[in-house]
Amino acid sequence: MSNEANLHSHDSHDTNHEHHHETFITKYVFSQDHKMIAKQFLITGMVWAVLGGLMSVLFRLQLGYPDSHFSWLEDILGKWWVKDGQITPEAYYALVTTHGTVLVFFVLTAGLSGTFANFLIPLQVGARDMASPFMNMLSYWFFFAASCIMLSSMFVETGPFSGGWTAYPPLSALGSASPGSKTGMDLWIIAMALFVVSSLLGGLNYIVTILNMRTKGMSMTRLPLTIWALFFTAVLGVLSFPVLLSGFILLIFDRNFGTSFYLSDIFVNGVGALPNEGGSAILFQHLFWFLGHPEVYIILLPAMGMVSEILSVNSRKPIFGYMAMIGSLFSIAILAFLVWAHHMFVTGLNPFLGSIFVLLTLLIAVPSAIKVFNWLTTLWRGNIRFTPGMMFAIGFVSLFISGGLTGIWLGNSALDIHLHDTYFVIAHFHIVMGVASMFGMFAGIYHWYPKMYGKHLNNTLGYIHFWITIAGAYLIFWPMHYEGLAGMPRRYYDYSNWESFKQFADLNRFISTVAMIVFATQLLFLFNFFYSIFKGRKVTSLNPWQSNTLEWTTPLRPGHGNWPGEIPEVYRWPYDYGKDGQDFIPQTTPVGEEESHH
Amino acid sequence: MTIVGSNETKRIHSHKFFLWAAIGSICMMFAAFTSAYIVKRNQSKWLDFDLPKVFWFSTLIIILSSITVHLALKKIKSNEINKYKSFIIVTAFLGLVFCAMQLFGFSELKDHGIQLFGSGSNPAASFLGVIVGFHVLHVLAGVIGILFISISSLNDKKNSINIVTIEMISTYWHFVDVLWIYLFIFFMWIR
Repeated sequence: MSNEANLHSHDSHDTNHEHHHETFITKYVFSQDHKMIAKQFLITGMVWAVLGGLMSVLFRLQLGYPDSHFSWLEDILGKWWVKDGQITPEAYYALVTTHGTVLVFFVLTAGLSGTFANFLIPLQVGARDMASPFMNMLSYWFFFAASCIMLSSMFVETGPFSGGWTAYPPLSALGSASPGSKTGMDLWIIAMALFVVSSLLGGLNYIVTILNMRTKGMSMTRLPLTIWALFFTAVLGVLSFPVLLSGFILLIFDRNFGTSFYLSDIFVNGVGALPNEGGSAILFQHLFWFLGHPEVYIILLPAMGMVSEILSVNSRKPIFGYMAMIGSLFSIAILAFLVWAHHMFVTGLNPFLGSIFVLLTLLIAVPSAIKVFNWLTTLWRGNIRFTPGMMFAIGFVSLFISGGLTGIWLGNSALDIHLHDTYFVIAHFHIVMGVASMFGMFAGIYHWYPKMYGKHLNNTLGYIHFWITIAGAYLIFWPMHYEGLAGMPRRYYDYSNWESFKQFADLNRFISTVAMIVFATQLLFLFNFFYSIFKGRKVTSLNPWQSNTLEWTTPLRPGHGNWPGEIPEVYRWPYDYGKDGQDFIPQTTPVGEEESHH
Repeated sequence: MTIVGSNETKRIHSHKFFLWAAIGSICMMFAAFTSAYIVKRNQSKWLDFDLPKVFWFSTLIIILSSITVHLALKKIKSNEINKYKSFIIVTAFLGLVFCAMQLFGFSELKDHGIQLFGSGSNPAASFLGVIVGFHVLHVLAGVIGILFISISSLNDKKNSINIVTIEMISTYWHFVDVLWIYLFIFFMWIR
């Protein structure tokens, strides 16, 4: 007890100390305040989301209008990217590769958990900052350096890496394999290594802060589900990113030091047989997907946590099955490490081994179904407030169901032989992981924006943003299921070359048109975001959503250290909504003698 | 409502916890390397060779350094600063000797015609090079840590030394020691 008090007084001393010397550089650039670092992650993530989205618009232009000529694009992008008004094949592959890499790692990992883990963990567990604010700052700057290097790879003479975001060898291991395998790949791999370091520094900090820095009374079973989700996300990252790093290290040795981990004596057109012997490209796939599958949940779990919180707050009801929610997060985290080979069913994997991975993969349906059931029962008979944040949270549940169901198809090794590497896969993972997590991110931004900037986002723009985005997401990705079932492979440059895929020309044009409309709608959101920082409606209430969690007990614009005085003590779980006739009871309210048990 | 457990007030120092989590992370990296080695070993054209003899001596050296770092920690706790200083410097020195011996082991392999890297190298030897090389980098990180605290304690006029940092260095040092023993046994058994 006395230790606790000493610690706090020590902390607040530090806080005053920091305030004293705050300059523009220490406040906005090399800041060690978790809230500012969160905003840095968010803004950098948004820049990447715009660039990555723009890339998808460009390659959708090629897919939807393969015979049209856009000479004006040539003036903007230059001859390497656009020739005779058409995206060049090299540029097309560079675009799909960079789109994938950037969206998966820079937007939905750094932009999503970097933002909300940094912003919410100290505020919701009741800590003044992260366990190591300095490491936290380093985490952002490693990410920034990774961003700069990845961006610079767009401007090298031979183009950025173009072998797909999974970077399979030999395209990634052999410089002579394709133009993008040269300098572009070198920069890609350096950027990714820096990104891994950033994720590790961040993840270690999140784990230690959650387990070690909770305020008095904040037992593990009083943590909001956002924190539980971010905790499992961090554990997944800390255990799986080193494996990716190992895979990359071996790749660097193959590329630069003549080793044969992934390269064997294959014959390359124009080069002849390689001098390497004994290497196996499949080995890289094992190492990559051992990260790659947990990565899916690194992206998805933070969104799940935020959605749980937002659904409960805006239904004015306790979350249904709090312990079941934690249990399902835990089992998803465990299963995430045991299913990687379902990405490799067609690599010549032993069919018996395949059947085990089918079983483990389909098992994920159980915790996923528990979560969906609990979200729906939380909504059931709730006093629902349809705020834009709530709309996106409900949209997340919808997308998670639609995309999750197709996962049951793909998890089946027999069906996967037909569906592997088709548009069915694209449709599946974009809906369940990409768009769904993006919806979680939007929900989080709309919900916590008042705490971040002390302003409200414009609701009307929010509703327009939501409706066009959800309709667009389904219109873009639903038809892709049919294309995939018909066998249309992913990553092809021009489908009009194949008689069997010509039937999809109109559908492809439709998808591309919707994609452009949805992208334009995101610009509306960006306008809303930046306009509202300066001109948005001011937040007047400390707790605008009548929420129970600790972040709403801070001042309107909390300084470094979050609470001016003592950190409040916690007496109850965060979901006492509609209890004993009271609309909400914050975590800081002591339990009354007459109070019923929840 | 549950009553908050007593563990709330007896928490481990957050920096130490940070280190333990980082150790878990490093373990995963070497687990990936060694499991990749196992997968690769069962494929064709795998070269079988004996480990350099110097690895036996380097194993002794790193175990010795674990003992000296433990003694250093013991001395600083009983406030015998001078003895602490000698033990910690000996630890760092032994760490450097260990790294040198590992590199010497590489040249021993080269003398036997086993090429670690470059064109014509076999994955079996390359794996040994990468895994042992990355372990050496982790030992060097420990040496740098010791040099860092030694230099910063020189600058400090009060000559105060932070025990938590030394405890962390000692934990990390034991970890790289155990990691090497694991790797050594791994390479001896699985070939």
